[in-house]
Amino acid sequence: MRRRTILVAGASGVGALAFTLGLGWWQSRDSLQTGSALLPLPIGKMSFTLTNHRGVTVTPSEWIGRPTMVFFGFTWCPDVCPTTLSDISLWLQDLGPDADRMNIFLVSVDPERDTPQVLADYLSNFDPRITGLTGSPAEIKRAADEFRATFEKVPREDDYTMDHTAGVFLFRADGRFGGIIDYHEDRHVALLKIQRLLKAAS
Amino acid sequence: MKYLLTALLLSLSATPVPACETVQLGSLEISEAWSRASIGMARPGAFYVTIRNTGETDDALAGIATPLSGKPMLHETVVKDGVASMPHAPAIPVPADSTVQLEPGGYHGMLMGLTQVLKEGETFPVTLTFREAGDVTVPVAIRGMGAKDAGCVDKKD
Repeated sequence: MRRRTILVAGASGVGALAFTLGLGWWQSRDSLQTGSALLPLPIGKMSFTLTNHRGVTVTPSEWIGRPTMVFFGFTWCPDVCPTTLSDISLWLQDLGPDADRMNIFLVSVDPERDTPQVLADYLSNFDPRITGLTGSPAEIKRAADEFRATFEKVPREDDYTMDHTAGVFLFRADGRFGGIIDYHEDRHVALLKIQRLLKAAS
Repeated sequence: MKYLLTALLLSLSATPVPACETVQLGSLEISEAWSRASIGMARPGAFYVTIRNTGETDDALAGIATPLSGKPMLHETVVKDGVASMPHAPAIPVPADSTVQLEPGGYHGMLMGLTQVLKEGETFPVTLTFREAGDVTVPVAIRGMGAKDAGCVDKKD
């Protein structure tokens, strides 16, 4: 029994090693177009056009030069989104003026209901450094694809809700992908991840 | 006894009661019931609470009701492969000798069809229906939209 456990552990170790090597090979490639576990595109290669909650057109090329934090959500979301936005607000509060040097976005996966005005009303309850983005369903889809995020409309009786990627995406100032803050990530870990981006950018 | 309790709770909900107070129902202790302020009435509200079962019998929260919601339901936020979804929870188990929390990112009540705006600082009643212990009504504190817990001074032991 014990031998079998060791064997299994050994086999999974080899598997993990093969995975790591594979990931290294894959990450070292320039193009990220194939495979199943894709990383977000670098911001410089993103091509969507959205509108922010102030009604201004936004393209990702404008984000280069500052670290960027992006979260997908929607304002009808009763649990995950207010929780994440309040997490982000607390991180920004902890980071203080340092966080002024970042781009921070909530991308709505529910453009049908989340107009710029609706986003503006909603976001007035959170840190003012968070900018809401919405747009046509096609552009939202394009943005999600480029982030490798997913969302899906789930019908309810006379209503609907959205399933969506819950993590917070991080990007370095030069636009390269800089990691994900998972849902329920420890606050200190989240802060370290953001501070690392800010430090590299200063 | 049950009527007495109901009468007592009705009188409680008539006057503002601090939501951090624990309400007893048999061997269940219900505390830290809270919700977030809403923008208008179109969006669903959320309901969170802590339930402690000090008894030796397993119980389950089978449903919630409140005059503020036309369609209150129990849900669970599940994050699988990084994607969050909110399946309906037919009942939330409250095993003997344990504490169950309806909290952000986990089990929660979803208050659909709000009949009035949830205003920060106010309270509203929610009736919890348990399979074994029956019904109990608790005052729910409406906190700010960015709140993450009930904001009780000495929360959880």
